[in-house]
Amino acid sequence: MTRGWRWLVPLAAVPVLGLLAYGFTLNPREAPSPLVGRPAAAFTLTSFDGAKLDLADLRGKVVVLNFWASWCYPACYEEAPALERGWKSYRDRGVVVVGVDIQDKDEAARKFINDFRLTFANAPDPGGKVSVDYGVYGVPETFFIDREGRIRAKHVGALSDQMFAEAIEPLLAAAGTTK
Amino acid sequence: MLATILIVAAAVATAQPTGRPAGATPVSEQDVHDVAAQLRCVVCQTLSVADSPSEMAGQMRGIVRERLAAGDSPAQVRQYFVDRYGEWILLAPPRRGFTLLVWLAPLVAVVVGVGIVAIRISGWTRARRPTPPPVDAAMRERIRQELERET
Repeated sequence: MTRGWRWLVPLAAVPVLGLLAYGFTLNPREAPSPLVGRPAAAFTLTSFDGAKLDLADLRGKVVVLNFWASWCYPACYEEAPALERGWKSYRDRGVVVVGVDIQDKDEAARKFINDFRLTFANAPDPGGKVSVDYGVYGVPETFFIDREGRIRAKHVGALSDQMFAEAIEPLLAAAGTTK
Repeated sequence: MLATILIVAAAVATAQPTGRPAGATPVSEQDVHDVAAQLRCVVCQTLSVADSPSEMAGQMRGIVRERLAAGDSPAQVRQYFVDRYGEWILLAPPRRGFTLLVWLAPLVAVVVGVGIVAIRISGWTRARRPTPPPVDAAMRERIRQELERET
């Protein structure tokens, strides 16, 4: 290599460093969902109290679909009271909270529901079908479904009262009273 | 370990009877493995769904088996997961768009590297071929004498 070219050698590191710098700006824990904006996948589950839980029956309501597990400590334990409070304060405005318990033991799940005195519908997800249909990576994850049955937002991690309200209000405000 | 095997076995066992309609395609363990090996385990990230002992991966293998049994092609099953998780779920980045770079960069690096080495080697070999000093009759006589002395 001639002397005039030598300055090009460190230049080769530039694209590598550039790519590395770009990589550092990404959040490796962020799991983007391609499902936001798409129709929510249909499902029918049997809740812990034996009732049939069909998403299609909830069309016309704003649905907060929460994936949880009794072994998911502390995040699921942190958000359970917030979900219950959110359900209680918004149920009269056409909001339904649905809990889907994944990869759990029946007894432990029932204890969780009792301990937090959850009054919204909760159902186990045998075989993980519903969780895969919603592209769930882990628990807790919450999907906000509008009145037309479209997924409008997804939240990964424990939900707070404020996050619940911030996600729900725009969906309630939207002129979506089709049925 | 035993618990892991039991969980996986349970997941596979529970997945088998459901969604297997009459006249379903028979699915071998290898068929399930081939698809699962291309999918990233969502809870462990560095393992494939085929290799992960996690319950989630077990359930995903069950779904792969179920869909193959229902007559889906391996490509359709892969797409089923991509639709829900995005291309993130694929262990091998797709060979197009931005991720094409991942496939091409090593090739480009090898070609450029080989090129640089070739240029440098040809440069060295040319420079290090010194022209031999001229030998005249007197020099040749001296060399002969010195050689004889040594033997």
